[in-house]
Amino acid sequence: MSLLEIEGLRVSYGDMLALDDVALEVGAEETVTVLGANAAGKTTLLRALSGLVPTQEGSIVFDGEAIDGLPPHDRVERGLVQVPEGRMVFPFLNVEDNLRLGAYGKRAREELEATFDRVLTLFPRLAERRAQLAGSLSGGEQQMLALGRGLMARPRLLMLDEPSLGLAPRLVSEVMERVAAIRADRVTVLIVEQNVAQTLRLADRGYVLENGRLALSGTAEELAASDEVRRAYLGM
Amino acid sequence: MPLDLTLQILTSGLLLGGLYALLAVGLTLIFGVLRVVNFAHAEFMMLGMFGAYWLWALWGIDPYLSIFIVVPGVFLLGVLTDRLVIQRSIGAPEVTVVFATLGVSIFLQNAALTAWSADIRSVTTPYGSAVVELGSVRISVPMLVSFVVALAFATGLWLFLNRTMFGKAIQAVAQNRDAAALMGIDVGRVYLVTYSVAVAAAGAMGVLIAPLFSVYPRVGLSYIVTVFVIVVLGGLGSVVGAVIAALLVGVIESVVGFLLGTAWAELAYFLVFLAVLVVRPQGLLGRRGAEVYQ
Repeated sequence: MSLLEIEGLRVSYGDMLALDDVALEVGAEETVTVLGANAAGKTTLLRALSGLVPTQEGSIVFDGEAIDGLPPHDRVERGLVQVPEGRMVFPFLNVEDNLRLGAYGKRAREELEATFDRVLTLFPRLAERRAQLAGSLSGGEQQMLALGRGLMARPRLLMLDEPSLGLAPRLVSEVMERVAAIRADRVTVLIVEQNVAQTLRLADRGYVLENGRLALSGTAEELAASDEVRRAYLGM
Repeated sequence: MPLDLTLQILTSGLLLGGLYALLAVGLTLIFGVLRVVNFAHAEFMMLGMFGAYWLWALWGIDPYLSIFIVVPGVFLLGVLTDRLVIQRSIGAPEVTVVFATLGVSIFLQNAALTAWSADIRSVTTPYGSAVVELGSVRISVPMLVSFVVALAFATGLWLFLNRTMFGKAIQAVAQNRDAAALMGIDVGRVYLVTYSVAVAAAGAMGVLIAPLFSVYPRVGLSYIVTVFVIVVLGGLGSVVGAVIAALLVGVIESVVGFLLGTAWAELAYFLVFLAVLVVRPQGLLGRRGAEVYQ
């Protein structure tokens, strides 16, 4: 059974239809990517899954239970966790507080110390900067912090929105390595990335969104080989 | 000016500033966390004063005792206001939020007017005009008590915000509401607690000044402008800034009031306010851009 199952999802902002009739599923321990041009609806999809924007139609089933209508914090408590676009660290709190707040929910808090140690092992840079204000970190470090903070919530499904956005190429590879490590840790991952080539190497399957609708889906190999994807996203 | 007199005037100013601080800390917190300008803030102080008055007038309960009844009452009223008005207007255009809290202010004033008329009432206590002498400086006992409570509240609040998980969650919501929600923080609950605690502090101030000043439905109006000045002067959202600015305004009011007369006092702190804003638009301890919603 799939961990996440979406059917007929529709989201609109006033008159503007952002997502229409979107269906997708993510199996346990799978890594799934959603591709698409700017404004295709990728971020809206993740925000809808997290409960930050209301959906007009359709259903979101997580681990066999309908979660549409639940507030964001309840979805986090069930293990549906998002690392948002633009990192969104808490700039005036230090690195350690940012991480600890990641484990705010009851379920995550019970294992806070163990998760905290694991995250610092995965991101040694964060251990060095523990007492520093998050706002003073570099872009790459902030992204590591955002990833680490997401892991603190003990995700069953981790949604990543453009984790490499605005980073230098060297850092992009570093971020992707960490995502691969998270994946290897048997966390299910749903990733939205503009860095299509690297993401397809990481993912098992993918979907392509165009103007709020699903245009294509398949395994990562199929997508990487498809003319449409090669032309539109890989510049070939 | 002789030293004794200078000390006396400075002390009076600081004590007055302490009163302002109790209102200003809550107001700045509501702004910092909810991004709501709470025009109804001083009305909760007014209700605190009336609460103290009626408990004294009807059953002879001393304000220092009735504070334990009135403050929880005002807290519950804050819960109700948050649920009925504030949370429903959050996310709406700023103008809507402004009119919503202004509406609460007008509603509470007129509810008090209808229920208790415009009569000016006072609570008389044996200690209302009691004074302690510290060297040559004379200190009003009720003023001293409210000063101590105000500083204790501000200190406690600061510790709560910086030393507890829930306090840090409040800061997280203030710094990025969406990210806080994505970390599993119940943003609605943070709003509810913040709003209710802040207005309860205003209610506490009302009870504490009941032995000193008269009570009437529009009494809040004489404080709210000063307190808004203090909040912006200290830096929107800054608890420590609000306390420092409150004490500063109290001292300016007291010094200028003595030297030039009370009419000049308000003008003086407005001039200081404008001068500070020219040099530091974010206020004394404010963060640049803190007023921009993330």
